[in-house]
Amino acid sequence: MKIIGYLLEKEFIQIFRNKAMLPIIFVMPIVQLLVLSFAATYELKEVDFALVDMDQSSLSRELTAKFQSTGYFNLTEVIFDEKQAQKMMNAGDISMIMYLPSGLETDFSSGKPASIQLSIDAVDGTQAGLIQSYSTSIINDYNQDKFANLQIDVWPPVVNKAKSINIIPQNWYNPDLDYLTFMVPGILVVLVSMIGLFLSGMNIVREQEIGTIEQLNVTPIRKSHFMIGKLVPFWIIGMFDLIIGLALARYGFNIPFLGSLTIILIVAGIYLVVVQALGLLISTITNTQQQAMFIAWFLAVIFILLGGLFTPIESMPAWSQQITLANPVAYFIKIMRMVLLKGAGWKEIQMMVAALSGMGILLMMVSINRYKKTTG
Amino acid sequence: MNTFKGFVIKEFKQIYRDKRTLVVLFGMPVIMMILFGFAIRNEINDAQIGILDFSKDQVTRSVIQKLSNSESFKVTAYLSGYDEVEEIFRAGEIKEIVVFEQQFEKKLTTGGIANIQIITDATDPNLANLVQAYTSNIVRDYVNELNAESGFVTNQAGLQPEIRMMYNPELRSVNLFVPGLIAVILMLVSALMTSISITREKEMGNMEILLVSPLKPHHIIIGKVLPYMVLSIVNVFTILVLAEFIFNVPFKGSYLLFFFEAGLFILAALALGVFISSVANNQQTAMMVSLAGLLLPTVLLSGFIFPVASMPMPLQWLSHIIPAKWFLIIVRGIMLKGSDLILMWKETLILALMTLGFIGMSLKKFKVRLQ
Repeated sequence: MKIIGYLLEKEFIQIFRNKAMLPIIFVMPIVQLLVLSFAATYELKEVDFALVDMDQSSLSRELTAKFQSTGYFNLTEVIFDEKQAQKMMNAGDISMIMYLPSGLETDFSSGKPASIQLSIDAVDGTQAGLIQSYSTSIINDYNQDKFANLQIDVWPPVVNKAKSINIIPQNWYNPDLDYLTFMVPGILVVLVSMIGLFLSGMNIVREQEIGTIEQLNVTPIRKSHFMIGKLVPFWIIGMFDLIIGLALARYGFNIPFLGSLTIILIVAGIYLVVVQALGLLISTITNTQQQAMFIAWFLAVIFILLGGLFTPIESMPAWSQQITLANPVAYFIKIMRMVLLKGAGWKEIQMMVAALSGMGILLMMVSINRYKKTTG
Repeated sequence: MNTFKGFVIKEFKQIYRDKRTLVVLFGMPVIMMILFGFAIRNEINDAQIGILDFSKDQVTRSVIQKLSNSESFKVTAYLSGYDEVEEIFRAGEIKEIVVFEQQFEKKLTTGGIANIQIITDATDPNLANLVQAYTSNIVRDYVNELNAESGFVTNQAGLQPEIRMMYNPELRSVNLFVPGLIAVILMLVSALMTSISITREKEMGNMEILLVSPLKPHHIIIGKVLPYMVLSIVNVFTILVLAEFIFNVPFKGSYLLFFFEAGLFILAALALGVFISSVANNQQTAMMVSLAGLLLPTVLLSGFIFPVASMPMPLQWLSHIIPAKWFLIIVRGIMLKGSDLILMWKETLILALMTLGFIGMSLKKFKVRLQ
């Protein structure tokens, strides 16, 4: 016990002496939480569009006014040359071209189908999908308004006889569909993972690379003592960062904390062990910090991309949904969201916690086994 | 010149001897391409939904049939009352409950209108939106079928939007991700690896030996940087080949322009790597600075995954100083829109100025003396 105490003391002194690391450990997570949470959004802001108006009618004026009044669209240019508009889109100045053919108003008021053309810059498919659905609903609204006002007998056409099914949507837990509420718990997981995976793994390789590991190896310190001495400091730092992050999420972002904080902290403790064991395993199979870093980063990218942070796991094909069963990041992100946002308790998350613990024990055993006190 | 050649050869040997890192270096673009191409999507695939059917008649059965036949959904639970919804959502597997009101069929046939309630688990707002939209589409299709059977044609009057999706008609996410992936991998290999490899010499004490050798400081930098430059270029090729032949991502513009711009970006990244290495004293610091200061912004603030236009203003300003943002605009333009230098001169100029700035900064900071 005494030996572990000294080892811990040594590690902490080493960490706190490194002035460049301190801001990275303590300030970076906060900055990142702030930046990432606001950056990671798919919401649609103002879309710049150009109008090619061949009709020059009151209808075209009304329609563009209606588009602009929603706040989602911003008319930047009125031109009469479709090619010119196309060029502007190529240059990336506008994201949509609205083409109103001549005779539009005549067709419209005589009850004929009047088609208008919307060309959307679809390089970003998600954005294009949003632009499409917003503009379609604006046009539908316009149709309905107009026909109601003009009392033309064509809209709604035969609705009295046709059947229709009404859809009443209801969104639980996040009725405003606020993206921040969803992202913040997930980003917390990423920050904690980075500390656990990178720092503890790198630390041992560093001793190897500099050669000080041999000095430690010839001392009577046991293998397990050495491991504990290396893992505990970063475990504490990780938990500390998580608590700061949680406080920021609660009071800065007003994320609802429906579930129990104790559960979150216990799971986080287990999760950190899993991640650290993984870092340890990496350190036993690598010789230089560069190698360790690179492999850790590689794994982190895969875990995070397949962890359901940015794109839902439900969107993945079956084979990669299977892979996520072995992904600790996916479990912790899911637990965080379930507990914080839905108030889930032990009953709902026990299987996932069991899976995490299993991974932790397995990884820890493998990596302690692989670590040798002899060199060469 | 001979000493310089020797030094470069040494650097190459040192990197290419390290088989493990090489495997990761060359495997990474491949795996990332496959992940982005196949696994990272914004469509829905086999989302689990539950049914709460108060009516249990012919019509509701066929709507449920339609839902479970679609590739998007898997009906995995049948509820018997509203009180079960909470419990099911908490368990977390089921994302949506479709509720049919009582006497659904009767209301539909006699009154012509019936109600379906869609309750979504909106913890993930995007997913909730998608699931809801998919369900509405399926129900709408079903109603149209019903009406067509009984002889009603849907009306065609009014404004009909004709929508053309430019550059990427199938809205494939791979097309969007490839340019971003190139930027991330270039940052990783050029900036991160370079910064670590130079700090390594410092940490191990070899820097002293290099500095007292007849090599000039700029020789040391160039020698350190060259192997990673070669690696970066190989990686760019790998991604392009995969994109072209496996994912059929279009390449409309000129390859020459593309490689010129990629070269600019690689230089910028290398300069940043050198700069970080001259500030950091050990590999851990170098690594954390490059991770937090370069890679994360490249992934998150460049428009790689999340559109810059959606971000709040301060972050949009911040994104201007991230080289990857300009590189992404250029590469997306070249690959998907076929843009040329005349259209891209502004972005290219910004990127070039940044590159020059970074090179200047790192040359100024690179110390010839140890403390």
